[in-house]
Amino acid sequence: MDEHRLDGNAAGGALGEIFPFEMTTAKTACANCASVAQVGAAMVYASAIGTVVRCATCDNALIRVVSARGRYWLDLRGVRYLQIDET
Amino acid sequence: MTEGFISRGFRGRRQTQDARLPPGQYLVGGFPVLSAGPTPHTPFEEWDFSINGEVDEPRRWTWEQFSALPSETITKDIHCVTKWSKLGTTWEGVSVDTLLEGIETAAEYVVAFCDGGYTTNLPLEDVIGGRAWVAYSYEGEPLAPEHGGPARLLVPHLYFWKSAKWVRGLRLVNEDEPGFWESLGYHDYGDPWREQRYWGD
Amino acid sequence: MVAVRGRRLVWRIGEVIETSVQTPRTKSLVVEVPGWEGHRAGQHVDVRLTAPDGYQAQRSYSITSAPEDGRLELVVERLEDGEVSPYLTDELRVGDRLELRGPIGGWFTWEAREGGPLLLVTGGSGIAPFVAMIRHRAAAGSDAPTRLLYSSRSREEIIYAEQLDRFAAEDGTLEVIHTLTRSQPPAWKGYSRRIDKEMLGEVAWAPGSMPLVFICGPTPLVEAAATALVDLGHDPARIKTERFGPTGG
Repeated sequence: MDEHRLDGNAAGGALGEIFPFEMTTAKTACANCASVAQVGAAMVYASAIGTVVRCATCDNALIRVVSARGRYWLDLRGVRYLQIDET
Repeated sequence: MTEGFISRGFRGRRQTQDARLPPGQYLVGGFPVLSAGPTPHTPFEEWDFSINGEVDEPRRWTWEQFSALPSETITKDIHCVTKWSKLGTTWEGVSVDTLLEGIETAAEYVVAFCDGGYTTNLPLEDVIGGRAWVAYSYEGEPLAPEHGGPARLLVPHLYFWKSAKWVRGLRLVNEDEPGFWESLGYHDYGDPWREQRYWGD
Repeated sequence: MVAVRGRRLVWRIGEVIETSVQTPRTKSLVVEVPGWEGHRAGQHVDVRLTAPDGYQAQRSYSITSAPEDGRLELVVERLEDGEVSPYLTDELRVGDRLELRGPIGGWFTWEAREGGPLLLVTGGSGIAPFVAMIRHRAAAGSDAPTRLLYSSRSREEIIYAEQLDRFAAEDGTLEVIHTLTRSQPPAWKGYSRRIDKEMLGEVAWAPGSMPLVFICGPTPLVEAAATALVDLGHDPARIKTERFGPTGG
């Protein structure tokens, strides 16, 4: 058990500032192990330095976000695709 | 817009600002843990430390060999980019000068690589000359896993994200290679005294 | 119910219009946010505090009000070495403004139309999102079989105790099962230990009933319960978790 990890919902705020969609239900395909899951089911490591969303199957960093001083940096290299439903 | 909003009566947990601190920092009593991924738990029997990349001969130490290297006890101030600082923290570890002793290289940069995949980049000259260590003990105790144990890089003159936890080696490279946070908005060099937190600072 | 659609989350300022003591260590707050578009049961808000010198601290709090209530209610547990929670429970007063963003987290939500059976497993302040779900369930007139397994240290520390027991008393399809881990009142006949596999085996429906399972609370509780339920044969795809972290938020 890693005490510092949270569920995907914990990234909802950070991602919600960037995307105008409900992101915790968005599906990600892991670029490392190909497993597909909703962001809500991923593992989140969040702190003041940044938010890292990791694949629950292989720990690969799916999404990384830093927000500071009016800028966002977003790294999506860990996902093959993001599937976002409009509703 | 919430520009300038202040929560009435809120001060936060930090102790104080202090003249000895770099700009924008404050002191904390505890030792915050910031995680970017699961805490590795590499057993000592599997741990090793390597120097590789642009070197004539790569080097590698097992835990046993590493522990036998000459070590130093140092006391330093540390500064996190998230604004907390601690003054006078005591560490024990092997100086990077010792690890690089006699190495021939034209490389100007290093990349520290770690269990769990974390990386950070530094100019080679910032890890020599008594400015960097691979530390395995904090305040007289073996370094706890959540703080980077078995061993972490310690480079106190730069923001603490450069003091990579769970370090397993240094790769010497000819060209600068931005690491985990440096590739995502954090300053390439990270000098707390010039407040180099983010790109463009 | 309204989802956040076509609009990014932004920090907004609300006004505290009500505070009330729930238990010795918890307080509920009602915050009025201009233009609040509503939420789904299970979602949370992020609250951000800013000191005069610009220092900021931020935490997440689940919304305890039902979507039908038309208001935003949170419950805060005062953590001993907390930075944000003592401010919210001890300092914040009616009339103060609070910066927050939300609602967040459509993944950890339940709507009455999803039906049941519904198994809610929690401890301490993890009850928060489930209060919203249970209130919503009542407001929507749902009879989806629902069981709440709620771990608290003692009877005095059960958050929303009267409300939960009242809902259960009035509704035969809702069962609230308490376990009191540190001290129990005299003649207590309920569980008196931490949630474990045996307890879950007795409380949960058989896996064949395919319940929707939500687990929320301190990380150790969540992980133990999730593992136990999977061991008991429940489908991991029907188990949703919301860890609060080691200290429970």
